[in-house]
Amino acid sequence: MPVKVMIPSPLRPYAGKRDSAEFNAQTVGEALGHLTTQFGELRKHLFTEEGKLRSFVNVYVNDEDIRYLAKENTPTKDGDTISIIPSIAGGCF
Amino acid sequence: MAEAAALWISSHLAEKIRAHGAETYPHECCGALLGRDSNAVLAGDRGESSSTAAREILGLFPLVNRRDDSPRNRFSVTAQDVLEAEKAAREQGLDVVGWYHSHPDHPARPSEYDRDHAWPWYSYIIVSVQNGTPQDMTSWRLNDDRAEFSPEGIEIRHRAAVYNL
Repeated sequence: MPVKVMIPSPLRPYAGKRDSAEFNAQTVGEALGHLTTQFGELRKHLFTEEGKLRSFVNVYVNDEDIRYLAKENTPTKDGDTISIIPSIAGGCF
Repeated sequence: MAEAAALWISSHLAEKIRAHGAETYPHECCGALLGRDSNAVLAGDRGESSSTAAREILGLFPLVNRRDDSPRNRFSVTAQDVLEAEKAAREQGLDVVGWYHSHPDHPARPSEYDRDHAWPWYSYIIVSVQNGTPQDMTSWRLNDDRAEFSPEGIEIRHRAAVYNL
């Protein structure tokens, strides 16, 4: 069973309305790379122009935040679930 | 004939958003918009019918602004807050379709900071609170290219007046 990437509601319109996608991947970065290769319109909403994950994009591997693991180098194995969870932020100026 | 998409909300829920903004003034308030996207069929006065795409707001999930370092001009909803809002929505058979927040002493228009941190697809309701009194309330959706928001018309509608296919 490959790695499953859960797609949050705001990104599903850019992923053929799918709520998940599966890939063979050794790391989180590889899985997200496959995701944005298959669904190119997702890329700008997940990554900055410099290729870094946007600050309001939270990524978990089996309920662990990758910020506390190895970030995008966090290893993944078959059967793992990667969840993309939004943070929401804004302000008047 | 299909009309442009709009945001439908009851006067009761609109007033709750405005009240939340007044309650937290001079700090920004925030919360989740619970509802669903639908294609509603509306009956006209002469028996004709038309269909329209609409996003209906059917509930709210008020949240605590996590930006306690700068709450006068910033709001933040954590991933955990998002998960709790989604759980509350599921329990009511709804989805989280957007977020609301207030602009204390600033207009109900999205800032550059709002744009830079926005997600597509969600509706973003902003209520301006001037000197503690809620004023304009607007709604916005981020464009696909992230360059700017497009305004989303808010219509005050009672749920009973709409039925779905």
